[in-house]
Amino acid sequence: MIANVGYFSLVLTFLVALYGAGAAAYGAIRSRPEVVESARHALLLTWPLMTVGALSMILLLVTGQYQVEYVASVTSNAMPVYLRVTALWGGQSGSLLFWSWLMSAFASAVGLRKWARDRELLPWVVVVTMITLAFFLGMVVFFENPFVRLWQMADGQVLTALFQPAGTTALVPLDGQGLNPLLRHPGMVIHPPMLYLGFVSFVIPYAFAMAALVTGRTDDRWIRITRRWTLVAWLFLSLGLILGGRWAYDVLGWGGYWGWDPVEIAAFMPWLSGTAFLHSVMIQEKRGMLKHWNMVLIVLTYALVIFGTFLTRSGILSSVHAFSQSAIGPLFFGFIGLTFVVSLALLIRRWDDLRGENQLGSMLSREALFLLNNLLFVGILVVCFWGVIFPLISELFTGTKVTVGPPFYERATGPLWAGLLLLMGIAPLSAWGRTSWKNLGRALWLPFALSLLVPVVLHFRGVTLWAALLGYWLAAFVGLVTLYEFWRGALARHRRNSESLPLALWRLAGRNRRRYGGYVIHLGVVMMALGIIGIEMFQTETQGTLAQGQQLTLGRYVMTYDSLAQWDTPDGRNVTRAVVSVYRAGRLVGEVYPRRDYYYASQQPMTIPGVRSTLEDDFYVLLVGWEPIAAQGATFKLYHNPLVNFVWLGGLVFIVGTLVAAWPDREPEPVRRKTVLRREASATAGGKAT
Amino acid sequence: MMAKRRALWLVLPAFLGALLVLPAAAQTSEPTDDQVNAIAKNLYCPVCENVPLDVCPTQACAQWRATIRQMLAEGRSQEEIQQYFVEQYGARVLAAPPAVGLNWLVYVIPPLAFAAGGFVLLRAFRNWRRAATTQAATTPVQPEDPYVARLEEELRRRD
Repeated sequence: MIANVGYFSLVLTFLVALYGAGAAAYGAIRSRPEVVESARHALLLTWPLMTVGALSMILLLVTGQYQVEYVASVTSNAMPVYLRVTALWGGQSGSLLFWSWLMSAFASAVGLRKWARDRELLPWVVVVTMITLAFFLGMVVFFENPFVRLWQMADGQVLTALFQPAGTTALVPLDGQGLNPLLRHPGMVIHPPMLYLGFVSFVIPYAFAMAALVTGRTDDRWIRITRRWTLVAWLFLSLGLILGGRWAYDVLGWGGYWGWDPVEIAAFMPWLSGTAFLHSVMIQEKRGMLKHWNMVLIVLTYALVIFGTFLTRSGILSSVHAFSQSAIGPLFFGFIGLTFVVSLALLIRRWDDLRGENQLGSMLSREALFLLNNLLFVGILVVCFWGVIFPLISELFTGTKVTVGPPFYERATGPLWAGLLLLMGIAPLSAWGRTSWKNLGRALWLPFALSLLVPVVLHFRGVTLWAALLGYWLAAFVGLVTLYEFWRGALARHRRNSESLPLALWRLAGRNRRRYGGYVIHLGVVMMALGIIGIEMFQTETQGTLAQGQQLTLGRYVMTYDSLAQWDTPDGRNVTRAVVSVYRAGRLVGEVYPRRDYYYASQQPMTIPGVRSTLEDDFYVLLVGWEPIAAQGATFKLYHNPLVNFVWLGGLVFIVGTLVAAWPDREPEPVRRKTVLRREASATAGGKAT
Repeated sequence: MMAKRRALWLVLPAFLGALLVLPAAAQTSEPTDDQVNAIAKNLYCPVCENVPLDVCPTQACAQWRATIRQMLAEGRSQEEIQQYFVEQYGARVLAAPPAVGLNWLVYVIPPLAFAAGGFVLLRAFRNWRRAATTQAATTPVQPEDPYVARLEEELRRRD
């Protein structure tokens, strides 16, 4: 019953979305405001309808209706309620449903904004968002229906169908298979929704961009409207990526947080193009340049969002065959291709309207440096895309599969990341328009000179790795430049308005949140860079098999193997847990409990590390194996991860910075602004300098 | 997950077979775990996608590590061991494809694309600068009415 209600509401939303797209296009072309208004109502209706569908699914999951195939495949009796709810995005069809739900929410949010202000753009925004929603819902309704039930034929064969096929009886399993153990982690509860929120909210700027192309409103209006949407999308995407890294570090048990896995990269690629977009729209806003390029970037981001959604759940990348066997694979690629071609065709049609208004003043101007930033981001994107796609190409043409793993990505993107850090240090001090070497040099020399102290000191303290020295110098340089910017601005306010320095800093950031939020983000990146260089270049590891009471040494750390216990848990796991004492420089600093959980139902082992964590480093212990009689011996793998916690701290600063930049401004009141304008105008006319 | 596990069962006998095929030479010295992991770090088994061999918890990967240990004990070098796995299971066991045949493209395309992007950017820079200088030369700079400028700016900011 509930399944039928859920499915019916999805079908209804699908039809409403199609109607909305059609009506909006018709109304806009024929200038029929009442039809457009009807399309807007359709848009607003999609969210409540989708909510019925999604809540039906959640109800089925929470109450354990195992006759529904999806419920049986992702939940089990042993799972607590919160995990059952998160099982909504634990499998492919559920994630598509969840994606559509979020899409409808964001689309409705657009429908609720003041409609009159952008009357000509909004119908086309409806068209784009509703087509996207209809596509995803079409997948759910026709190919990946999460509401199908299990039926048994007389000969014992099991079928799946929504309604009872002739000659079958309903099959109600007593228990489900349960969620993939890897996903049973608090990080997994929030990580996928964050990524999906990021993905979905990038659809909105794309929709406005397309609306601008269709209507010929090729000024920067679409960018101004979607500025905050883009930042919000970027915030969620960043948050999703950081949480995903933390989850990998805590659960996957390989001593790291990022493995250049195709699925990770699939989520990372829209972030890369989105970051390039965030920077390059500023050039269009300030200088009226790069209108074509911004369009290209947002079209690319949209295509990568759809690509990423598809890849993160389908496992299609494992093989060409998996792709061709999947019903939705070709459809996804068809959709990506079609939207891409249509977008580019629109762009070409408006090519001449999008000519830039300004010219480049200098190679050192901020816009020139932002362009270099774009080149580097897109360069990293190309590396990622090529690395992900190449195994498929190889399999297609030569029949042999290859692995494109971390060494490739690290070597190819390393210099590009370093280049980005360098730009991050220079660009804030260069000006829009014209910047000369002399001006830039005057602003740069002090932070530059101070930052050089860092590699010098590190070198004397025994760091000889040139890449690490370069990395830490760059981090110090960017950090100093950014802090210097805060200091310069605050000092100027302090002198001019005789405000106290903290107040000056606060007001400075408040007045230009986007800029100073951006600088806070840069500081976050610097902190993350410290951590990444630390773990990438100075991680050490060792492994050994110990009898109880024996020791294993790694650098300044020593661990002793104290004991091992094994037991079954009520939720279907067998837990093997070791107790390990950790000594640092000869002093006992704590106990950690590395363990191996074995999930009976899915026959999957999970290695959960025991970690002793400080700001300086993590001592990360894995239980790799043990003898049948545990006292005889257990094998441990140890990692020493210097500075890794700066990755998480930097991530936090990064998110705070994004929040500062994206925080809504107070809505300006048109009447008041007009009087201000008049007053200022009269002041100017009166010859006063303002 | 199901498919993966099934594949595991298919591949497992192959691993065990490989173990039998190996010449059982007299062990000279027992290699340490760290020596084994140093080699395993750069290998990937065909079943556990994207999990390096040194940290993969599956039984099959433990067998591979045992193979590495045995080969090390026989005094084989890292290259020889890697070569052995490549011969047995194909180039996909390596962390990055060897630069032969089509694989060559892996390493060539990104730098080429980057260079092309750099070239386009450089040309765009030049065009913009040329346009800027010719414009500056031909049109005398009109002192813009500050009132109009402010009005324009205010209008731009209104959103």
